[in-house]
Amino acid sequence: MSDTVFTAKGLTKTYVSGEVKVHALNEVDLEIAEKEVVVLLGPSGSGKTTLLNIMGGLDRPTSGRLFFRDLDLTDLEDRELTKYRRDHVGFVFQFYNLVPSLTAYENVALVTEVAKNPMRPADALALVGLDERMHHFPAQLSGGEQQRVAIARAIAKRPAVLLCDEPTGALDSKTGIRVIEALLGVNRQLGTTTVIITHNASIQEVADRVLFFADGRIAGVRKNETRREAAELVW
Amino acid sequence: MSTLDIKLFRDVRRLWAQVLAVALVVGGGVATLVLAVGSHRSLEETRIAYYERYGFGDVFAEAKRAPEALADRIGEIPGVAAVDARIAKPALLDIPAFSEPASAWFVSLPDSGEPHLNRLYVRSGRLPEPGRTEEVVVNEPFARAHGFSEGARFSAILNGKKREVVIVGTALSPEFVYTVGPGDLMPDDRRYAIVWMSEKALAGVYDLDGAFSAVSVKLQPGASEREVISRLDALLDPYGGQAAHGRKDQTSHAWLDHELDMLNNMSRTLPPIFLLVAAFLVNLTLTRLVALEREQVGLLKALGYADSSIVLHYFKFVALIVVIGVILGGVVGTWLGYRVTALFGDFFHFPFLVFAKAPDLYVTAGALSAAAAAIGALRALREVVKLPPAVAMQPPAPPVYRRLLPASVQLDQIVSRPALMMIRNIARHPVRAAFTTLGMALATAILVVSLFTRDTMEQLIDLTYFLADRQDVTIGFAEKRIENVVEQVNRLPGVLTAESLREVPVRIRHGNVERRITISGRPAGADLRRIIDADLRPVALPETGLAISAMLGHILGVRAGNTVEVDLLEGARRTVSMPIVATVEDYFGIRGMMDIEALRKLMREAPVVNSVNLSLDENRKEDFYAAVKSMPTVGGVALQRVSLANFRKTVALLVTTMASIYTGLAAVIAFGVVYNNARISLSERARELASLRVLGFTRGEVLRILLLELAILTLVAQPPGWLMGYGLAWVMKTNLAGELMRVRLVVEHSTYVVATSVVVLAAIASAAVIRHRIDNLDLVAVLKTRD
Repeated sequence: MSDTVFTAKGLTKTYVSGEVKVHALNEVDLEIAEKEVVVLLGPSGSGKTTLLNIMGGLDRPTSGRLFFRDLDLTDLEDRELTKYRRDHVGFVFQFYNLVPSLTAYENVALVTEVAKNPMRPADALALVGLDERMHHFPAQLSGGEQQRVAIARAIAKRPAVLLCDEPTGALDSKTGIRVIEALLGVNRQLGTTTVIITHNASIQEVADRVLFFADGRIAGVRKNETRREAAELVW
Repeated sequence: MSTLDIKLFRDVRRLWAQVLAVALVVGGGVATLVLAVGSHRSLEETRIAYYERYGFGDVFAEAKRAPEALADRIGEIPGVAAVDARIAKPALLDIPAFSEPASAWFVSLPDSGEPHLNRLYVRSGRLPEPGRTEEVVVNEPFARAHGFSEGARFSAILNGKKREVVIVGTALSPEFVYTVGPGDLMPDDRRYAIVWMSEKALAGVYDLDGAFSAVSVKLQPGASEREVISRLDALLDPYGGQAAHGRKDQTSHAWLDHELDMLNNMSRTLPPIFLLVAAFLVNLTLTRLVALEREQVGLLKALGYADSSIVLHYFKFVALIVVIGVILGGVVGTWLGYRVTALFGDFFHFPFLVFAKAPDLYVTAGALSAAAAAIGALRALREVVKLPPAVAMQPPAPPVYRRLLPASVQLDQIVSRPALMMIRNIARHPVRAAFTTLGMALATAILVVSLFTRDTMEQLIDLTYFLADRQDVTIGFAEKRIENVVEQVNRLPGVLTAESLREVPVRIRHGNVERRITISGRPAGADLRRIIDADLRPVALPETGLAISAMLGHILGVRAGNTVEVDLLEGARRTVSMPIVATVEDYFGIRGMMDIEALRKLMREAPVVNSVNLSLDENRKEDFYAAVKSMPTVGGVALQRVSLANFRKTVALLVTTMASIYTGLAAVIAFGVVYNNARISLSERARELASLRVLGFTRGEVLRILLLELAILTLVAQPPGWLMGYGLAWVMKTNLAGELMRVRLVVEHSTYVVATSVVVLAAIASAAVIRHRIDNLDLVAVLKTRD
């Protein structure tokens, strides 16, 4: 088990949104290994984001179990979940979610200030190729640059896992490829387990494993024998 | 500085307009408190210092002629610290180029050294030389009213003889801060003077060598004023002494006390209301402002920040706003406080001012505002922090809108679609809509309560000068006269009708409570000076028994049918028991009223009068003035028209000045509330409105959807605002009631109109700012990002 990061057993999530009940996740079983790059593919509402949120400690399952290494996430108090997120998880969101009133550097510092053994914010930004623009505000950066700031922010605390929800969803292909390059670079250099949600089927080429989602279940799994480099991608 | 703190300052800068608007509301509350309480304290301390430094007496008495040696015996009364005996006499004045009759109070100055008590603050010139009958010092306000400087001359009828005097100096005295002439209702600096003359000179004129006619006494700390008064009365009685009295019945002190009391009552009533309203509004506003931060809260949670750090972060945010508000309000309040203190200091002719420091006010105001703000932030955060971060980071799920009416009723065929959106939005957030309405209603209410004092002053003027005291002139005599003097007055040029008035000073007592008042006796069917009841109808006095002011009844704890003890302080000085036959709702002073015949019977005296009320032919007033000035028996002449003008200049000025300042601050608060309402509504609905723009709605249409709600809530808020304003006005009226003056609760329609207009103007100004925002709404950005 030592090289398993996540173990999910019968993971289920039911939402009540307004007056509608949604089964977002339905009895999912899953294991993700250390240093693995996993891509989650599937249509909207198939349960990808719900799984990612639960793995990241942003949300709780309705039933089932989820382990991070030996830690059972399902029973954690809010305080413990916060600590889990702070110590182990890096997030990258589709809409970057940068704090608009802080510069690129300060957005990264927001995380390094509460992390245990962080990188220097400048180093994290250098890792994603943004050392030149670190004193710019989000509004002064392009979408791709903003997303790379978000990645720098996510990895600056040297997380065990990096969870990315549609990181290229709001980007054109050229900038999207640069963002994927940055993610793979981090995975290579730091060995961070990386889970990427995408709608974009071409991105599956860079993964070790691809999980296909439909109706809240894993409908199929594909293992790539060789991962392709981001530069080779086309979409 | 931590990155979160950097975010804090940048957020404050980004939201500067809203931060400023909230800070203005806080500042309005703080400024009101600092201004009102601060200026009242300063004036109060100035008065204390003035009295202290210039030795204002504690007990005062007059006599006809008391031997100088008696002063030493007065000094031996236990509890007496100092005695100042002197000569003091009333006199008519004849001032060149001033036709109206004026009078004065002549006071002697010791020929060597300063008076023991009631010392002068010499403003200009010097004191009179000993024995020089023509040299006088006058009170500065009188000199200023006539433009007199040293060397100016006027005449006075002293002891029946006309003498010319020359001003050698001007002075102020703690004894004569306010100077009210005999028979007059209001202070009048032009027509009433305090004239200080050498003791030797004045004694010569009145044949009072080796004697005195007035005495002031300073008490030792802890001495019983009542005890000293009764001993003083006993000592002076053989020398024609009139009942001694304490500061409470000293005209100047009573007036000053009353004015400061009114300031105090206003400062006790309005600022707490303002502060509470401001705190409530800050609470409402910050709840909504922080609620808008939902996604940022979610993000911070996702990044691993603990709930407590996030709550602390937003506490700091609202604390910063409160601090800005407290500083703003403190600076403005202190500045206004200095201005008001200086204005009233000048008005009271204080020779100097003491500005009281008031750190406690900032602490009180700051703590209250901060608590309200923190609770507001907490209320918003409690909801958001509870959410899992994944949910918080998403825009809220679409709220559950319901059909307001059965599906069969097609509401959209009745009202326009924007109106439908507005109605559903209000119905969806009924609590928020209710609080918004309440906030605006409170803004209207504090405007009403600030403005209403003007109405009551006007009403008071109407009531007093046009309904009750309808005489044009009151002639007061130096000594009481046989009633045929009324006939004599009736024959003066220009006099249309004349009515006699008999006034007797008394002490009235019930249980332990005692007041010194005047019982006025008036002829049955008196038509000039009338008694008006609460329903504004003239009251006919019963043939026997005593009627008193309702306020006096309240003070004594008596009602019609009860019996009171009355010490008659004139003539035979008896103490009698009298039944109260009626209480009258009147508005100036506390007094007793009787039928003139009944009063004479009580006094066991022949028909005498103290004064005559008369109505005058306006065209012949110059002849009348000239004739009155040559009547040696006249002690003073009160002119009603002049008195009215002076009322406006004194009491009304004081009240309306404060009311204007309060109104200004209320307007600032009102604007802050309305602006924030509109601005936050825009933020809350930015995505929805941008979506509408994308769908092809014009800017105007989008603006209309937003502003329609603002307009409806503003209008709906008005009637409850008026109602609350009326309620607050009632509290204010009740607090303003004092022994010298009461007001009726009158709120004119125009006051409601003005209050509502200010709020509506604030709404229109806010709408203009919002319009600018909507014009610059970045459609793509709003739809894409979740700020």
